[in-house]
Amino acid sequence: MRAFVSMLSGILFGFGLALSGMMDPSRVRGFLDIFGDWDPTMAFVMGGAVIVMAIAWRMQKAMNKPVVCDQFSLPGTKLIDARLIGGAALFGIGWGLAGLCPGPAVASLANNLSGAAIFVAAMIAGMVIFRLTERPAQ
Amino acid sequence: MLPGFPDAQPVNGLIGGVLIGLAAAIMLLGNGRIAGVSGMLARTLGLTRGTPWPIAALFVAGLILGAVLHLLTLGPIEADFAPGWGWLVAGGLITGIGTRLGSGCTSGHGVCGMSRLSPRSIVATLTFIAAGMVTVAVVNAVGGGW
Repeated sequence: MRAFVSMLSGILFGFGLALSGMMDPSRVRGFLDIFGDWDPTMAFVMGGAVIVMAIAWRMQKAMNKPVVCDQFSLPGTKLIDARLIGGAALFGIGWGLAGLCPGPAVASLANNLSGAAIFVAAMIAGMVIFRLTERPAQ
Repeated sequence: MLPGFPDAQPVNGLIGGVLIGLAAAIMLLGNGRIAGVSGMLARTLGLTRGTPWPIAALFVAGLILGAVLHLLTLGPIEADFAPGWGWLVAGGLITGIGTRLGSGCTSGHGVCGMSRLSPRSIVATLTFIAAGMVTVAVVNAVGGGW
């Protein structure tokens, strides 16, 4: 049942990304291009997703445990440090260069295999580099 | 459709966004976890622990299947990729390091964290959007834009 929920969530997520236009790097880049030909589409995507999730968080607060798992496993870190900001800044640079973030990149393996495979392979390489250089205390 | 922005797709964007929100809600309320793609991908590859492997791997596989479902039902997905592999390699590498260092990306921090009003995620999201905007502006100014 947990497997089914994961798969359903992934499929709906991928379908939503495809429908929203966020699998088009030039459109995502257009959202980031505020000094040029700005494309506000991504604001609608984020707005729609955040509104639905805000309701879900309300429901989550009233639940003792998730529907098909024993307990909630949610991040509890409150720390706002150089690591968070540096990581987010690096991610933003990569996002601006290629117009892809991890979700659309993975989903694009179904749509633009050659380009998406290059990005995803490089992204995995970056994750491996991070893993190898990571300090033990996290 | 949107005055002043002839190329924008606000309706598809909003519907797609709602579906993405529903997907994240199903993961949260069903499995009790954050639907963060960078984290789920890292877990699938064995680079982190915590989330049971099938939960992560099936979510990642589902992302691809969801795009396939769109191709089979609604048809082609418009996409203009960067010209040349250099953009993809550089962008991918930096995205991989940055999302692990910053513990999340557009889905985990942007959708799940912002809607939870997590200060950490709000700071991260504002940071990566600002960094993305500066990057696109610099690339355009230097003249190598695409």
